[in-house]
Amino acid sequence: MPNWAWSGYLQPLPIDESEFDDFLPGTKGYWDGKLYSIGLWDAAVALYARESTLDDLGLRRPTLEKPWTGEEFMAALDAAKASGDYEYAFDPGMAWTGEWYPYAFSPFLQSFGGDIVDRSTYKTAEGALNGEAAMEFGEWWQSLFQDGYAPGTSQDPADRDNGFIEGKYAFQWNGNWAAVAALEGVDEVVFLPAPDFGNGSKIGAASWQFGISAASEHPDGAAEFIEFATQDKYLAAFSDGIGLIPATASAAQMTENYKDGGPLAVFYDLSEAQAMVRPVSPGYVVAAKVFEKALADIANGADVADTLDAAVDEIDADIEKNGGYGH
Amino acid sequence: MASKLTRSNGVGWAFALPGFVLITTFIILPFFFAFWFSLTNQRLISPNPTEFIGLSNYERLLGLDVITLEPERDDTGKIVRDEDGEIQYPRVRTITRNPDFPEYKGMREWFRWQSGDNAKVVIASDVVFMKALVNTLTFVVFIVPLQGGGALLLALLINQRLRGINGFRTIYFMPVVISIVVISLLWRFIYDGNDGLLNNILAALTFGLFEPVDWLGNPDTALGSIIVMSAWQGVGLHMVIWLSGLQTISPTLYEVAAIEGASKWQTFRYVTWPGLRNTAILVLIVITMQAFALFAQIDVMTNGGPLDSTQTLVFQAVERGYGKQDISGGSAISVILFFMVLAISLVQRYLTRERS
Repeated sequence: MPNWAWSGYLQPLPIDESEFDDFLPGTKGYWDGKLYSIGLWDAAVALYARESTLDDLGLRRPTLEKPWTGEEFMAALDAAKASGDYEYAFDPGMAWTGEWYPYAFSPFLQSFGGDIVDRSTYKTAEGALNGEAAMEFGEWWQSLFQDGYAPGTSQDPADRDNGFIEGKYAFQWNGNWAAVAALEGVDEVVFLPAPDFGNGSKIGAASWQFGISAASEHPDGAAEFIEFATQDKYLAAFSDGIGLIPATASAAQMTENYKDGGPLAVFYDLSEAQAMVRPVSPGYVVAAKVFEKALADIANGADVADTLDAAVDEIDADIEKNGGYGH
Repeated sequence: MASKLTRSNGVGWAFALPGFVLITTFIILPFFFAFWFSLTNQRLISPNPTEFIGLSNYERLLGLDVITLEPERDDTGKIVRDEDGEIQYPRVRTITRNPDFPEYKGMREWFRWQSGDNAKVVIASDVVFMKALVNTLTFVVFIVPLQGGGALLLALLINQRLRGINGFRTIYFMPVVISIVVISLLWRFIYDGNDGLLNNILAALTFGLFEPVDWLGNPDTALGSIIVMSAWQGVGLHMVIWLSGLQTISPTLYEVAAIEGASKWQTFRYVTWPGLRNTAILVLIVITMQAFALFAQIDVMTNGGPLDSTQTLVFQAVERGYGKQDISGGSAISVILFFMVLAISLVQRYLTRERS
């Protein structure tokens, strides 16, 4: 969105922002202080596990208020690995190349205290993506693969989709869109919050959103459609239809899955409590690709410091080439 | 000749017009655009005006330097070694990210070698491009003999009067007709590291002695796997070209050879091969040019990984131009590729010229 807004392909929504006060933060697309896009739903990621896995391995049940720490998480992986019951202890989802990497994995980096770019200025990634916190994240990330906790980049896409349900993986990092299938396949599935590596549990936010073309001859009509579609009853209908998180709490109460006590209600809470949008910058298009490659390389054994340095150089060179992307 | 082309030949020009228009719009114009964009900072979409920035895109791609690292020494001046006796050097990032050496800013280690106690490190400002360049050249060097030779062998095999020979021709030609994307997907299953077809066959042939290899997930085997698969896919097309060449050789020459008592090898060496001369030049140049354009297999099978072992120039051009929206950077790679292919084709033309 920022990429298009910055390039002049979108116009700010001609709708009073107060209409969306109760929307989840991840559903709102801001650029330059103006609201350009609004989503009918959000998406969230959780750690999938089985009730019995937690019991058998004697693990504390993490909660939203008290998630696992980094050490507790690694202890859980160690226990799962030592049990010998699983092909891999943890499935982060390396087979899902593309936007999954920055969406799902950059929150780990943020939990360590790093980030893809320095969000105070958006002018550089130096220090954020190759600082001490990021190095620590990189070493941890590499250890997941080098020490055999997780399947690497050559993971079979079919295993990604079915591996947890079939019991190949003890824990899986996956989104709420896969939750319905997991519930059908595994009765005792539980959705746990992300571990806290020192700076709070973090998960990615923001999904598809509506915006209005800058060249639109009828922005009023488009705005009216958006206002119509963002009524609670339609948010609820969308959620029931496609399983994603409705944008408002009142709409959530009208759905099967996300009402209080509903099987996926935990995702609404996760989204509300921990969600963090990806860097809001036109340069994100590039940064996301660079980040994806860096994480794949580190998983494949590349030197952590050199890889993160190279990623920083590439992101910085791109920001410079584009005159700072209007920040 | 010129007058014949221009005088009262309106119908001919009219027939040629659609072709001219299409080629101009989709090949010649984009070609000049690529040249121009590679000298600017053009982004795919951007509110910033396009600026002429000279050769800086090329400098960023081709920047190379050699630095010398002296070994780490302890307080007594002795060289520090690790447990294996390897000499310890300071990290390259202590130089490339050091404000005292602004000329090395943004550069990264490509490869190094030992020279006495020192290490010579070649640093490049775009290591990925350098690796893509080397991989592309490696691919060309292996694919040309593999695909060209394999195609000739198949062509000789099917250039016989046997019953059902058309069936063989069809089977060998089949991979050419199937989309390369479909083939790449299928070969991903074949190369699968857990229970892929190739691993299963090798395990069965060696009675389980063979250790399964993650063909596409291992930097040492990934490019080789793609070379073999690409040769298999492309071999049918060039088989047909060889076959057409074989069939232009007059049967009387073979009769003469037989009467003279030539062996099979002599027949091939002195009758078939000279008769295939022009075909060979065509096959050589076509395979070379196609090989430089390696893209779809990479995009479907490896995305350039693992650890850049299958990066190629065209993949990088697309990745940068569209993936990262850096049209100028992608254009610069395309222009470099164009000159490389042009130079190699000219050399090939020169080496295979008619000598009289």
